[in-house]
Amino acid sequence: MILRTLFSGDMPRSRVLTVLLLLILAGLLLTPFVFPGAKSTNVAAKICIFIVLVSSFDLVLGYTGIVSFAHTMFFGIGAYGVAIALTHLGPTWGAVATGVAVALVLSLALSLLIGLFSLRVKAMFYAMITLAVATAFMTLASQLSDITGGEDGLSFKVPTLLQPSFSLREAPFMGVSLDGKLISFYLLMAVTIVLFLVMLRIVNSPFGRVLQAIRENEFRAEALGYRTVVYRTVSNVLSALFATLAGCLLALWLRYNGPDTSLSFEIMIDILLMVVIGGMGTMYGSIVGATLFLVAQNYLQDLMKIGSTAAGGVPFLRNLLAPDRWLLWLGLLFILSVYRFPTGIVGRLRSKRSAA
Amino acid sequence: MTNPLLQLEGVHTHIGAYHILQGVDLQVAHGEMTVLLGRNGAGKTTTLRTIMGLWSPSRGSVRFEGQDVGARQTPDVARLGIAYVPENMGIFADLTVRENMILAARGARRIEDVDPKRLGWIFGLFPAMKKFWQHPAGLLSGGQKQMLAVARAIVEPRKLLLIDEPSKGLAPAIIQNMIAAFRELKQTDTTILLVEQNFNFARQLGDRVAVMDNGRVVHAGPMAALAEDEKLQQSLLGLSLGAHQ
Repeated sequence: MILRTLFSGDMPRSRVLTVLLLLILAGLLLTPFVFPGAKSTNVAAKICIFIVLVSSFDLVLGYTGIVSFAHTMFFGIGAYGVAIALTHLGPTWGAVATGVAVALVLSLALSLLIGLFSLRVKAMFYAMITLAVATAFMTLASQLSDITGGEDGLSFKVPTLLQPSFSLREAPFMGVSLDGKLISFYLLMAVTIVLFLVMLRIVNSPFGRVLQAIRENEFRAEALGYRTVVYRTVSNVLSALFATLAGCLLALWLRYNGPDTSLSFEIMIDILLMVVIGGMGTMYGSIVGATLFLVAQNYLQDLMKIGSTAAGGVPFLRNLLAPDRWLLWLGLLFILSVYRFPTGIVGRLRSKRSAA
Repeated sequence: MTNPLLQLEGVHTHIGAYHILQGVDLQVAHGEMTVLLGRNGAGKTTTLRTIMGLWSPSRGSVRFEGQDVGARQTPDVARLGIAYVPENMGIFADLTVRENMILAARGARRIEDVDPKRLGWIFGLFPAMKKFWQHPAGLLSGGQKQMLAVARAIVEPRKLLLIDEPSKGLAPAIIQNMIAAFRELKQTDTTILLVEQNFNFARQLGDRVAVMDNGRVVHAGPMAALAEDEKLQQSLLGLSLGAHQ
């Protein structure tokens, strides 16, 4: 009952999916202890951040049917908000709060403006408008080097509690030192869980139902008396705000932000792939999609190195598995997964269950 | 007809370069079922969609309860108390039957907010809705989808129902169920404008009839008169009642 309330009645609805989600949760929780090292914790933290980012994109794409390329812009606004505030106001919680608040207000204003002016046009034109705005914003962030640090970006200090030099206690716990980085990681994870549950609540609310109706058929939703432009705009704004919060988390984790870190078009493509692979309009798909994508992106090369060494005697196979060909394999994996799971992994698992 | 609930006067509608409605005059009286008949492409669906505000009339007036609604947007028209059941069911396939119903009751956040008496009455009209309450609407059969579309339109009392070809593609047994449900609905004094191609279906339900051709209403009168006049049927609809029984 408590779980149902917590998940807003939207349970995974598939045993395999439940096990998969529990494995991901356990993996993330235990990463600092089971896989010690900077890389693994960094990947786990990125997964958390991208779960928020991809879920927020799913809110607008999967639940409302709006194709927006401005999502990384809001992600960047969040990251720059925290980065600029901490750079100029010093490493305090007040500066973090100011950065988050300013970023949220800016994102709200921009998303509202884009929404009201553009959501009346056809989907393709809306996508083009968001692409143009996002590109302009990225150029602006690179040009305003006095504020944003330009192409070099901004490196800054975070509040003491989150600094790697901060130690909760001298002696390590289970071989892991309880420093600011570990605190940052678990704080990040806690915020991710809260934000994900809030988004799950939104999509399962009466408001979320109207969004799904609009996605299926806008005219039918209007014929029931719903002002679809208002709903689409609110969805766009909410999605932008959650993306901004994800950006804030990224800046706090990396203690650095630059155009390539949070604004690049590559990130936009990545989150699009994560949503598609995980399953659009499912929310849980963002967890599965982000985890699979980031693990593949970070560990496929290592895996291929092992494979290449093992195939040392067969030159063709050794070349094919060479670590520098990892993008080719990643691309092939995505094509195969989209071909095999057109409704995404979560969609496929759920449909299997309803067919059973 | 004095003070009709809905009145269209000289309505012209263009869709892109096409001039679809070419001066439609139509009246729908309170508490009656008016059936709009006509061949494919005569402008019946466009008439409903023009009333709903999907396409604004380029000329003429659409008056509902005496006020001109021709320039209003679709949500505003719906909020006046007009429910629309589009052709091809118009249900939300990804949502459950329950969610479809809640969505149609605009003020409701949960199903508990819907009048339980009315819900019970709807379950009486369409028992399949109760049976498949938690099922995704997309998994229903064609007839059940149509029932859901109508059930959704009547989940709250509406002043006018616009229903587009409810019998289209349905098996004869399901059509009989539909006829029974509409008969019961008529007893509640609900005003209905029904678009149909199946004259046998229309004949059993309609109080009045309007026949459309080439974007105009070419005949309007009591349904009983048309049902009894086979020559008139032949000249207006190019059919005989016997052929459709």
